[in-house]
Amino acid sequence: MSRQSAGTAFAALLRRDFLLAYRRRAELLQPLVFLLVVTTLFPLGVGPSPQLLANIAPGVIWISALLATVLSLDSLFRSDYEDGTLEQMVLSGQSLALIALSRTVAHWLVAGLPIVLLSPLLALWMNLPEEGMSILIKSLVIGTPVLSLIGAIGGALTVSLKRGGQLLSLLVFPLYVPLLILATSAVSSSVAGLPYTGQLGLMFAGLIAALTLAPFATAAALKLSLS
Amino acid sequence: MLSISDLCFERYFERVFEPVSFDLSAGSLLLVTGSNGCGKTTLLRLLAGLLEASEGEIHSREHPLYAGHNPAIKDDLSVEENIRFWMKFMGTRETNTGTELCQQVIEEIGLTPVALQEGRTLSAGQRKRCSLARLLFCDEALWLLDEPYSNLDREGIVMLDRILKTHLDAGGACIMTTHGSLRPEGFELQECHLISGREKYSGTAA
Repeated sequence: MSRQSAGTAFAALLRRDFLLAYRRRAELLQPLVFLLVVTTLFPLGVGPSPQLLANIAPGVIWISALLATVLSLDSLFRSDYEDGTLEQMVLSGQSLALIALSRTVAHWLVAGLPIVLLSPLLALWMNLPEEGMSILIKSLVIGTPVLSLIGAIGGALTVSLKRGGQLLSLLVFPLYVPLLILATSAVSSSVAGLPYTGQLGLMFAGLIAALTLAPFATAAALKLSLS
Repeated sequence: MLSISDLCFERYFERVFEPVSFDLSAGSLLLVTGSNGCGKTTLLRLLAGLLEASEGEIHSREHPLYAGHNPAIKDDLSVEENIRFWMKFMGTRETNTGTELCQQVIEEIGLTPVALQEGRTLSAGQRKRCSLARLLFCDEALWLLDEPYSNLDREGIVMLDRILKTHLDAGGACIMTTHGSLRPEGFELQECHLISGREKYSGTAA
């Protein structure tokens, strides 16, 4: 039997995901609007003092990014699960880890990358000093894929539950904590003129670990959810 | 091609169906019958590998093609886009390439008039046809079809019988469930009647 090569299947899945994302543009915009709204609420809530905002900027931007990502995670596997697509993918004989990776890559490109692109605007709103800007972007470039990768495990675990959204956030937020600490500390350090490469290095190590391990965990979780 | 012995599946410590055994050779069709809820779908999911059997064994060298109740059709994609995706994802290398082959498949399942319509606009019967398109471009020898006739019109039933005949003549095999009213016509078939575990214990089995 001349089965389809893994690369072709990966590309076909990625292409389908982009097409679906394009057709459901409104769904895609929601987390981004949410991100903007949450960040705008902070100056209103804690007061518009420029110094205060500059101090809390890294934390606020990163927490908003975290919330926006979790918001979009619930739908990562849900529609495929509900219409039987996931079942067929599992049975197709293609590697489930590869399928999980492909879905995660697509998720990052449509949900994570826009956050990175929006971050300069958010930094401006929060009065983040200029020295912190490039580090914030770097931390998001390294960090948002990790958010997608770890989140995919949670999404796969809760896909068979009717209302898995709340449980999903309970599952993944604790796993995001180290990332949040490292990222905000890197940005704050750079603003204060301190070295920050250590934090970024650790985040990068986290990215490598997540990239190599998370797809397998996601695949196992999907298998579990289907039986 | 496939042989199962004393296969059974328990859910919450209760047998879904009484143990079944059968052998299936190339070119044959097995009809799994039984009342609603007697475990026909469960049996097929076991054979497909989506569930683990509680007891008994499945001997099979074939990777099966499973067509269940869920059509695996995306509402936001057109019929053509849906079929093209599955051709690339689970078809053979030959199905990878052309628009032509895709058009051919769509024509054969009778969806040419709605090929560019979105999945959400399809009727139940058209959805069924769309999900059965897989039978035309995958080269698995063993088919597991769960209620393939449901929602199909007269023409659709004839179409499915024709596809099935071609498959069996080429040395394929098929296991099909049905709750009774619709049966494949003009085939030699084995039959396996499933008895639900609950029926047996409550003594209401026919």
